[in-house]
Amino acid sequence: MKSLKTACMAALLTAVLTLPLLGAHLVVNGLSTTLVVNLWPVGIAVLLVFVAQLLDLKARLGAITQALPTVSLSSASFSRHIRLWLAVVLVAALIFPFVASRGAVDVATYALTYVMLGLGLNIVVGFAGLLDLGYVAFYAVGAYSYALLSQYFGLSFWVCLPIGGLFAATFGILLGFPVLRLRGDYLAIVTLGFGEIIRLVLNNWDSLTHGPDGINGIARPTVFGLELNRRASPGGTTLHEFFGIPFDSLYAVIALYLIALLLVILTLFIINRLVRMPVGRAWEALREDEIACRSLGLNPTLIKLSAFALGACFAGLAGAFYASRLGTITPESFTFIESAVVLAIVVLGGMGSQIGVILAALLLTVLPELARSFSEYRMLIFGLVMVLMMIWRPQGLMPATRPRLELPTAEEAHQ
Amino acid sequence: MKSPLLTVSGLQMRFGGLLAVDGIEFQVNPGEIFAIIGPNGAGKTTVFNCVSGFYRPTAGEIRLDARAITGQPGHRIARAGIVRTFQNIRLFRTMTAVENLLVAQHAQLDTNWFSGLFMLPRFRRAERDALERAAYWLEKVGLREYANREAGNLAYGQQRRLEIARCMITQPRLLLLDEPAAGLNPQETHELDLLIRELRDQHDVAVLLIEHDMSLVMEISDRILVMEYGRPIGIGTPAEVRSNPRVIKAYLGEE
Ligand SMILES: Nc1ncnc2c1ncn2[C@@H]1O[C@H](COP(=O)(O)OP(=O)(O)O)[C@@H](O)[C@H]1O
Ligand SMILES: [Mg+2]
Repeated sequence: MKSLKTACMAALLTAVLTLPLLGAHLVVNGLSTTLVVNLWPVGIAVLLVFVAQLLDLKARLGAITQALPTVSLSSASFSRHIRLWLAVVLVAALIFPFVASRGAVDVATYALTYVMLGLGLNIVVGFAGLLDLGYVAFYAVGAYSYALLSQYFGLSFWVCLPIGGLFAATFGILLGFPVLRLRGDYLAIVTLGFGEIIRLVLNNWDSLTHGPDGINGIARPTVFGLELNRRASPGGTTLHEFFGIPFDSLYAVIALYLIALLLVILTLFIINRLVRMPVGRAWEALREDEIACRSLGLNPTLIKLSAFALGACFAGLAGAFYASRLGTITPESFTFIESAVVLAIVVLGGMGSQIGVILAALLLTVLPELARSFSEYRMLIFGLVMVLMMIWRPQGLMPATRPRLELPTAEEAHQ
Repeated sequence: MKSPLLTVSGLQMRFGGLLAVDGIEFQVNPGEIFAIIGPNGAGKTTVFNCVSGFYRPTAGEIRLDARAITGQPGHRIARAGIVRTFQNIRLFRTMTAVENLLVAQHAQLDTNWFSGLFMLPRFRRAERDALERAAYWLEKVGLREYANREAGNLAYGQQRRLEIARCMITQPRLLLLDEPAAGLNPQETHELDLLIRELRDQHDVAVLLIEHDMSLVMEISDRILVMEYGRPIGIGTPAEVRSNPRVIKAYLGEE
């Protein structure tokens, strides 16, 4: 009976995860692009996972899985050189926009947005173990916060960025507080519904959000107060005027990339501190045994809420950035598919594993751009990978290891 | 006469048609070791679950000092000073022993995000103190050298002791132990006996104990409540309980 329930849950999750990859794809037909939905592959994938879970294929094929090589970055030599590696990656990321093509920088910026979303959702799903199927709602809240505040009150990107994060976190708290007291399964369903509700509200509240038309002409971010447009707004100064160089739209692309990079670094910094703080330990403890937590005086609702709100906050930040980058948003940018993609990133990367999530985000955003020519197969391959992951490696590419606080042994302490 | 620390009166817990606990009354005084005994299914763990806030009793009242705590959520009761172990050990199995003890100190730690994010001195000090307290308790239960081992990989007896240390580090006033000697060998049981006395004598904690090991119970307890089918059939000092005809008939006589 229990295996039937697990199988059902796994099948549901597969449906969610494979829907954007296997079920829907864009068909470019001359000038028009249409979204074609084909549910057959999804159905097959769901069935596959369901049967595999039911028959407990994983256990039966355990021997094979054991033999498969695992990507493990927790080796001693890696952790010893981690600072060096981080520095190398950071320098490469900083140099990248100045040497890469404009298109590549654009894709990288796009990918960084998903890195941020993935890291944010990773807090909720990976660390706190809460299944959030409506993460896109908070992304939308952040995006619309910036778009509306900028449009109605002329507030700048840098002012709206924290406000967007704060708004999203507030929505997270308002939604999470009643729901997080309930059992896990309810959260998935309620968040799924919430994601749709937000989108419907945005779609129908014409007077505020311009409904399906969305909001256009959203201001770009400024760089130290300098604008990135060709012509300065009244009273403003543009970057190229300031430096007395000719206008090049590439500057804006590079600036946006660097802002995205900055946001990702900020996200990583905060998360890496948090997992070493009491709240990070509490998230893990809660995932492991909620009853034990309660017996020790930890309030599970509050601790879950902190993860939920923080995840929402990062989605809000990413949303504000997204709106400023594209300059235009519509409710259709925030469909369920988006939530599913971010969830796929977290699952693929290995819940709770930050490097895994970053790699998965890059993989799922950059690869499709590189492989546009064989997009048909790419969907198939992604879908297949997802299904195989669900069956054999539910812990993801790189299983999470939270940094442990060590107590020196008695001898070490005396030295 | 000291006023009681814990007062349980008219406690009843009904699960559908089953009266798991009915008419239970007892008091635990400060510094007392109080045992509940009775055959399996008598309702002992259910009493624990009511006292520690995991079940909301269907009738009756539970007071800590003079304050009613009946039906309060478990985490609030824990913060008020009642913590428990579980019949089937509930450690955070993939976390290390020392981390188990850090999580338990959550309520006493600096959980301000700002000071944590920027590692302010206040935060560092709080974490260092927490580690020191963890080291102290690991030492106390003889697990100092296993500090960085995953809790799930410890031997059974060690897990039991870690669970007790995890309770004690919250500085409770009343410690609830659900069959702490289950699965221990005689040597370990003897050490447990000494440990419980030490906790009571040096750490100012009263102990409410469920235990099947009669020699341990009779030796260590100040008073004993005997339960059968959810109802009390005797209460008193070990000597009184041992000579209570109903108890002999229902429980001890069977041995
Ligand atoms: N959550 C519950 N739902 C239904 N019945 C329960 C529940 N908890 C305990 N019981 C029942 O209450 C009775 C007493 O159980 P318990 O308190 O665990 O006994 P003991 O700890 O003395 O062995 C048993 O018959 C048990 O099946
Ligand atoms: Mg029991």
